[in-house]
Amino acid sequence: MSSLHGESYEPQSKFMKWFESRLPVMGLLYPTAVTFPTPRNLNYFWTFGAILMVFLVIQLITGIVLAMHYTAHVAFAFESVEHIMRDVNFGWLLRYVHANGASMFFLAVYIHIFRGLYYGSYKAPREILWILGVVLLLLMMATAFMGYVLPWGQMSFWAATVITNLFSAIPLIGKEITQWMWGGFAVDNPTLNRFFSLHYLLPFMIAAVVVLHIWALHVPGNNNPLGIDVKKKQDTLPFHPYYTVKDSFALIVFFVLFAAFVFYAPNYLGHTDNYIKANPLVTPAHIVPEWYFLPFYAILRAIPDKLGGVIAMFGSIAVLFVLPWLDTSKVRSARFRPLYRQFFWILLAVCIGLGYLGSQPAEGGFVIAARILTAYYFFHFLILLPLLGFVEKPKPLPASISESVLAKSAGAAGAESKA
Amino acid sequence: MFDLGKTRARRFLLASALVAAGGLTVVASLPAMAAEGAALPKQEWSFSGPFGKFDRAQLQRGFQVFKEVCASCHSMGLISFRNLAESGGPEFPEDAVKALAAEYEVQDGPDKDGEMFTRPALPSDRIPAPFANEQAARASNNGSLPPDLSVITKARHGGADYIYALLSGYEEAPADIELRDGMSYNAYFTGHQIAMPAPLFEDAVEYSDGTAGTVEQYAKDVAAFLTWAGEPSLEARHKMGLNVMIYLVILAGLLYAAKRRLFSSVDH
Repeated sequence: MSSLHGESYEPQSKFMKWFESRLPVMGLLYPTAVTFPTPRNLNYFWTFGAILMVFLVIQLITGIVLAMHYTAHVAFAFESVEHIMRDVNFGWLLRYVHANGASMFFLAVYIHIFRGLYYGSYKAPREILWILGVVLLLLMMATAFMGYVLPWGQMSFWAATVITNLFSAIPLIGKEITQWMWGGFAVDNPTLNRFFSLHYLLPFMIAAVVVLHIWALHVPGNNNPLGIDVKKKQDTLPFHPYYTVKDSFALIVFFVLFAAFVFYAPNYLGHTDNYIKANPLVTPAHIVPEWYFLPFYAILRAIPDKLGGVIAMFGSIAVLFVLPWLDTSKVRSARFRPLYRQFFWILLAVCIGLGYLGSQPAEGGFVIAARILTAYYFFHFLILLPLLGFVEKPKPLPASISESVLAKSAGAAGAESKA
Repeated sequence: MFDLGKTRARRFLLASALVAAGGLTVVASLPAMAAEGAALPKQEWSFSGPFGKFDRAQLQRGFQVFKEVCASCHSMGLISFRNLAESGGPEFPEDAVKALAAEYEVQDGPDKDGEMFTRPALPSDRIPAPFANEQAARASNNGSLPPDLSVITKARHGGADYIYALLSGYEEAPADIELRDGMSYNAYFTGHQIAMPAPLFEDAVEYSDGTAGTVEQYAKDVAAFLTWAGEPSLEARHKMGLNVMIYLVILAGLLYAAKRRLFSSVDH
């Protein structure tokens, strides 16, 4: 099966004819980014792909400029960040955009992922597209974690210590692997240097996987809220101008939230301890990661065994890789899956609950609650989803996107004429 | 298409599951609220809120408190004298900052003979620390290290409210608490035992603008000054934020109109 294509590009000017016959770049971009046939019924949850692309670019640009002023050395890193805040022209803006941009990036990616979960976007023929998405999530997490270490505050240092120590749980060679990662016998200058190097490298790997992600998207085309295949041209609209404008609108609305954080609460999502310079001799009372890692942190601490906790934490993402084969239902969209739809909302509540528990000290009731919610998380993916496909009776699917859309607008028109 | 009874039952199932998940987390959060300092009373600050600006006179008074009280033990290593004259801060006149810097001696060198020497500080110099190193600071402070105050309001929960509460929150230790040697009782400090003795007293600093010399006034002024020191771009940030917000809202409105117009001609 070849890629879905829009109308192909016809060069108009003499120059473009000359150019296109030598490098047919427009011939590649035009049908995939301009005339690409896109389901006409996409809702606003489908705007987050474009929003994420923009945030990747924002993080790259601000990050590259910040790197021009930052010093990756344990004796200077903290002061160099403050130098950016105080002495670099608009340095405060660059840093707050970059720091809060990471949070917005994760907020958008979580919405994007739960959109995929609700509408069954991971199912055939989009398995590879979904798996590439999970790879992107892992790369984002690694990038964000290493970026958080760079300011060399107390939370930077202790987060680096906690996370790198996870690898010491590996049997037999754990200690050697951890020391190899540190470049010494504790988190120190070599660790900071390699984290900086990798923090600069990984975003370009993200960009490369994004290209694959979009490539894989353009074979079957977008899923849609009905979860049924595009069958004819009437089911679609050209990507431009319809979805370029809709995505732009959603992006600007998302920017309002982003700007509210950057300009009015730039440190709200951070931790106060990270304004204290790293001190290996003083352990903070509570070591907590950034908000976007809290659910995973709760899973890690829910298991009483260190290796078990590490396995559960990585397992919580590993299940996503095989999700397309765990979900046995042939119906994609939760709109037509009365039972799955409810379990979806329960899963979302469980993930938010885990996030809350991750922010609390690992003691007493918190640990018990985290264990129950962790068990439910795996129960959802490993037991519920495979069974649900057999038990659930889906609602009847519409024949096509255009039929459903026409019925909806006819209904709306009917209601209007009655009123 | 589906009967009402079933829908209700499902809604109930869903709602009870959500309540259970939420309830679980709330119940779990009931313990673990001890040992931290007392709840911070919120103060009115000129710089809070999206339109907040510093009160110049307050920043200038706050600097005076810092210089005459705090600076005898605390450093402020990220601030240069020149920052005191920059816009958005205390905005002391440049001459005054030059004269102020000249009151301090800083080490410079080596000169052409290879000798280090001292000279009066320039506005471009950082504010000198009261102690040569951590060991000297600890030796003079009963073993405790007075933290650098450059970003202290961003390094403590509650920021300026915390600084104010801490500085004005010294009291007699309750009878059942035995203070360790050299420690003072402070309701807002974690653990309630703080190595810093109450630093502010009635009329400890003489304000030239006639503001009353109370502990509360000093605490408030110095907390405002420390907030500026930690966040010298606050005013520029608020100002740019307003412009950005206006721009974004107008652009969003235009894009929404364009999107409606586009999609009005197609069923979707």
